[in-house]
Amino acid sequence: MDTSEIVDKVLRNAAEEEKKYKSIEVQRDVEVEIDLGNLLACDPNALDLKKYRVNKGDYLSSIARDATQLLFNQLWKLPVHRVEDAITVKLPEPTTVLPREKRVPKDRPATKWEKYAKQKGIMNKKKSTKVWSEEEEKWIPRFGYKSKNDLKKDWLLEVPANADPMEDQFSKKKKAKQERVAKNELQRLRNIARAKKRKVPGVGLTPTEKPDKTMVNKAIHLSKHSTASIGKFENKLPKEPLIKNLGKRRKFEPVMGSLKKEQDLQKNILDGLSRNRPEMNVTKAVNRQIREEQQSAAAEKREGRKGGKGKGSRKAAPKTAGRKRTKGGARGKKR
Amino acid sequence: MQRIVKPKNQRVKRALEKRDPKLVENTKTSLMIRGGHTSEKITALLTELHMLRKPHSQMLKRKNIMRPFEDQTSLEFMSQKNDASLFAFGSHSKKRPHNLVFGRMFEHHTLDMIELGVENFKSMHAFKTSKCTSGTKPCLMFTGELFDSDHIHKKLKNLLIDFFRGPVVDAVRLGGMECVLSFTAVDEKILMRSYKVILKKSGSRTPRVELTEIGPSLDLVVRRTRLATQDLFKRASKKPKALKAKKKKNISHDVFKTMHGRVHMEKQDLAKLQIRKVKALKKTKEETKDGKTEGGKTEDGQSGVKKRRSLRSKGQTQDGQSQAKKKRKE
Repeated sequence: MDTSEIVDKVLRNAAEEEKKYKSIEVQRDVEVEIDLGNLLACDPNALDLKKYRVNKGDYLSSIARDATQLLFNQLWKLPVHRVEDAITVKLPEPTTVLPREKRVPKDRPATKWEKYAKQKGIMNKKKSTKVWSEEEEKWIPRFGYKSKNDLKKDWLLEVPANADPMEDQFSKKKKAKQERVAKNELQRLRNIARAKKRKVPGVGLTPTEKPDKTMVNKAIHLSKHSTASIGKFENKLPKEPLIKNLGKRRKFEPVMGSLKKEQDLQKNILDGLSRNRPEMNVTKAVNRQIREEQQSAAAEKREGRKGGKGKGSRKAAPKTAGRKRTKGGARGKKR
Repeated sequence: MQRIVKPKNQRVKRALEKRDPKLVENTKTSLMIRGGHTSEKITALLTELHMLRKPHSQMLKRKNIMRPFEDQTSLEFMSQKNDASLFAFGSHSKKRPHNLVFGRMFEHHTLDMIELGVENFKSMHAFKTSKCTSGTKPCLMFTGELFDSDHIHKKLKNLLIDFFRGPVVDAVRLGGMECVLSFTAVDEKILMRSYKVILKKSGSRTPRVELTEIGPSLDLVVRRTRLATQDLFKRASKKPKALKAKKKKNISHDVFKTMHGRVHMEKQDLAKLQIRKVKALKKTKEETKDGKTEGGKTEDGQSGVKKRRSLRSKGQTQDGQSQAKKKRKE
């Protein structure tokens, strides 16, 4: 056989082979939009209504087939990866804009300490979770259960030399821990209040090991003022200290400051004095306007019902009648 | 999220964290709710919609007497309770027979709702064919001019995509593409059909697609709508800044999508250029001694620069090699 004949035969065979299969090409007037990330194809072409009327089911499935074919043609062009025995393609990001389920998360607002640390450039040091215990000769957790400071661990506690021998050292330690926890909780709440721009409550007095003179004075003041009458009827203690720096302090503007600020301040006062009419409260006015509109709308609706449907009018009529009757009755009594 | 009341234990904490807003969101879960009165059709349809969305769906078993278009509070409460942001509500009344409401939530408040009347419903069981595997990501087809021109149809399309697209995945198995959901807008109706894909040989790498109908199949008619305002929708579809791709400097693409980059190089020292070796240009012994000391100095001074250069271009490594050879000779 000649080589050209063989080539011809091979080509003919290939052509016949191809004829056996149906084509994968699809003709569309307007290009079909495809979002591979969502496996989505949108065909904006108008439907052939004649074909649709003749055979609904077949026509719909043929349209769907064409769109699917177009989607798959694109899909099969993507780079292929083999995962175990399966052939997979990597999908691009979805392009269709869909709303989120929840809002975009915000960063947690910095605590007072975090702000301070940032200002001072204090970096967090990573501490290992376990520490070496000399007594037990093994690694134990730094915090919490079975750690060095675990309250359950001590079965014996030393009574310090200058301490009261009858004092329970266990309960003392436990209480100290509770107070530390409470302080931490208070600070957490204060941080939240600060972040939400609420009024941050004062700490008052935190428990301390050895309170100094000023602290004791402050404690006396606070306890006296913690009554229902804010300490109005409390007796004075003998030699009660006069405590300074409690309550509000007047703040003065700096003597040397911006001239503009001072000018504005004075101008505001003068404006207020020279104004004839009182200042308008915009929100109040708007609210009043809205309320009036709503009332008038409601009244109109009521009147409309009276004239229109039977159901509404029947219900509304006895109500007004009833009110009139009571009024009349009252008058009658007076007479 | 900042909570005033702290979770009591780790399990609760984890559960709460799961519900917190996330940068990359989880797949939306849907609620299938039966109204006060439902027809047989609607009940069957709800179960079949539930099947289509299965791992990410919750079917409420009891009746829930509510009117989504009049009062959304109980719907919103259910969304909060189940942490679900999609819902399909089915009901049946004389005024609105075979009623189906598709809707979605943003932050557990209704974003948009579209009420549809169901006609010509044919269940999955009416088609005697093998069905798709549960949990496959369906391919969605939308056909018809209306989906591009009409405002309500546009919103409905968006809602349906959101409802049926399933999880966002980064890879799919080519052989596993099974389910096709097609929505066609004709004659003021939306025809929903579902098909199973059969892949056939085509003579090329891409297979020829054939479809067989598997159900459910139904026609939908738009009734009432409650769509989100443009402003709210925009707020809801905000893309987080952290997920946006950072712009790379000094890289541009031309019309043919070829990448152009600008690379900043230091000026090349031509005195050190290796040229053809000729005996006449060879340095004398004295010169080399001087050069040795000088060379050492320059190397120290420019070591940083050299490293950078070697990263940028391979051509520069030859220079380094020749220097190394020199050193060995000496």
